[in-house]
Amino acid sequence: MRYVTALTLGSRMISPVSDNQPLLRVENLCIAIQNAGQLQPVVRDLSFEVQASQTLGIVGESGSGKSLTVLAIMGLLSGSPVRVTSGKVWFDGKDLLQLSDAERRSIMGDGMSMIFQEPMTSLNPVYKIGDQIMEGIRHHQHCSAKEARTRALQLLEKVKIPDASTRIDHYPHQLSGGQRQRVMIAMALACDPLLLIADEPTTALDVTVQKEVLDLIAEIQQDTGTAIILISHDLGVIAQTCNFVAVMYCGEIVESSTTEKLFQRLGHPYTRGLIESIPPLHSDVEWLNAIPGQVPALNALPVGCSYQPRCSHAQAQCRQNPPVALLDDEHIVRCHFAQQLQGRAS
Amino acid sequence: MIAYTFKRLLTLVPTLLAASVLVFLFIHLIPGDPAAILLGDTATPEEILALTRELGLDRPLWQQYVLWFKNVLSGDLGRSLFFDTPVLQVIADGAETSILLALLTMFWIVILGIPIGIVSASYKGTWIDQVTSGFAMLFASIPTFWLGLYLILIFSVGLGWLPSSGFPSVSDEGGWTNMRYLILPSLTLAAPNAALIIRLVRSSMLDVSREDHVRTARSKGLHPARVAIKHVFRNALIAVAAAFGFTFAALISEAVVTETVFSLPGIGRLVVQSILRRDYPVIQGVILIIVVLYMFVNLLVDLAYAWLDPRVSLS
Repeated sequence: MRYVTALTLGSRMISPVSDNQPLLRVENLCIAIQNAGQLQPVVRDLSFEVQASQTLGIVGESGSGKSLTVLAIMGLLSGSPVRVTSGKVWFDGKDLLQLSDAERRSIMGDGMSMIFQEPMTSLNPVYKIGDQIMEGIRHHQHCSAKEARTRALQLLEKVKIPDASTRIDHYPHQLSGGQRQRVMIAMALACDPLLLIADEPTTALDVTVQKEVLDLIAEIQQDTGTAIILISHDLGVIAQTCNFVAVMYCGEIVESSTTEKLFQRLGHPYTRGLIESIPPLHSDVEWLNAIPGQVPALNALPVGCSYQPRCSHAQAQCRQNPPVALLDDEHIVRCHFAQQLQGRAS
Repeated sequence: MIAYTFKRLLTLVPTLLAASVLVFLFIHLIPGDPAAILLGDTATPEEILALTRELGLDRPLWQQYVLWFKNVLSGDLGRSLFFDTPVLQVIADGAETSILLALLTMFWIVILGIPIGIVSASYKGTWIDQVTSGFAMLFASIPTFWLGLYLILIFSVGLGWLPSSGFPSVSDEGGWTNMRYLILPSLTLAAPNAALIIRLVRSSMLDVSREDHVRTARSKGLHPARVAIKHVFRNALIAVAAAFGFTFAALISEAVVTETVFSLPGIGRLVVQSILRRDYPVIQGVILIIVVLYMFVNLLVDLAYAWLDPRVSLS
């Protein structure tokens, strides 16, 4: 338990004063991948919370463990070599990791649902989209086919599929990528979930379609009050849609804050690196400010701070002790020099 | 779909023409004189010549072909040289055995191949999968004639449970219980094909289960068995349906061997015997019917394919 403090601070960070029970509370979650008989940690000691009707953005490079984290929350890791090794996931008053498979399935697609990255391949090509939306409704609400179809039609209208009453009987291959992602969203909303997890929902789409889909998600959140976890590697997308942001690096949250504060202060050198690597729109640049080096391999994590080999501010201290997260109101930064660095332009 | 079916049936005409020419030519390439075979060892050259002339076999090949083809168009497949009865009659006599054998074999292939394949894929990597895959591999590799002989040895000679040869018609005494004569032959015929279907169902299900839409199905909270059947097997069926066309082709050739091993009065054995007797009209008639049948099965497979996969359009 290296980050006992991080946990306590972590739970305060998202809801600094409220006594409300959070909708989702992840405590010290550790995930490992089974590799040649060995368990290799991929997500280490992760803690965060999501309140009802909030939007949490999780940002990070590929391989930072963000997708595995939400797959673990959702319960979709079974059958893969990845498993949760310790920790708790409280959802709506229950520890999901203690539930039986059947109890978990009763929550999947009902209280909690997920939108995936690839709209082109995430729908079953042999069933009509209406039937695919109805499947979850009928499974969880035990209603008649007719009622489910009415509901599916409403959902398609809600996600703004034009001519929904015709489209409901179309197959996925007859729709464009953006429309398929809308169908995915309709499917995820089918049973009015309390929590909607969107794993890079716009990455595979054209930029213009991306904006429409993000707007749709934001609109749905306003209408329904569903809490959302939005995963992205695109800070711009996160800034547009989320109240809270968690930045992941090497299976840890290195910085988390309200979106506003995060962009104001940029406490962690990694977050700063991410933002500086976005090319400016209004000036000519010869070089992109890329972060030097690469994400370390999981079996060769550095001693001390996991970002230290790539960090321009690293000191001897960083190479010895893992940093303890520092609290600054709602702002947690896993860096020894967070106080000194924040707000300072580099 | 009706237009497509009609179009496909039209393509039957040139295919049949080409097939009939090929068959006609190949048969006449086989050395040996039907008249000599019919008359036996004691025949004089004059008698053979007379019979050859009587049968019209002395005419140029193309004339023989045109004559035969004209008759086929009017529905007459000619007369068997050996039996001296209409070819259609000879084929009809063997049809009952062959059709029942084929149906029973298909029954075994579906009943064994599909469920075992599903179980094998669902328990991938466990001992269940290893045992079923092992047996599938074994049966896919065993030659039909060898398996047939061993089944006879075990179940007819050893245990005495089932008859080893022949097949009295189901309209004879015994009625449908005569089907027991077909159990060993149909199992022999089904074994390698069911094994292939097991392996195909297993591998296509494993392919499909890695696809993204299966994860979507699981994320709806559906029961794993429902995901396996409705989302994995249903999509894997597309590849399996295509394989049934090949299975049918394999059945035709393997039936020849099986009917011979079990002395069944079917069309497979008829072909072999007719070739030995140089009974040209029968060989031509049977092959013509097999070609038509094969094309129909392929048409059915294509229709099934389009029905199973909405992305395939028939046009």
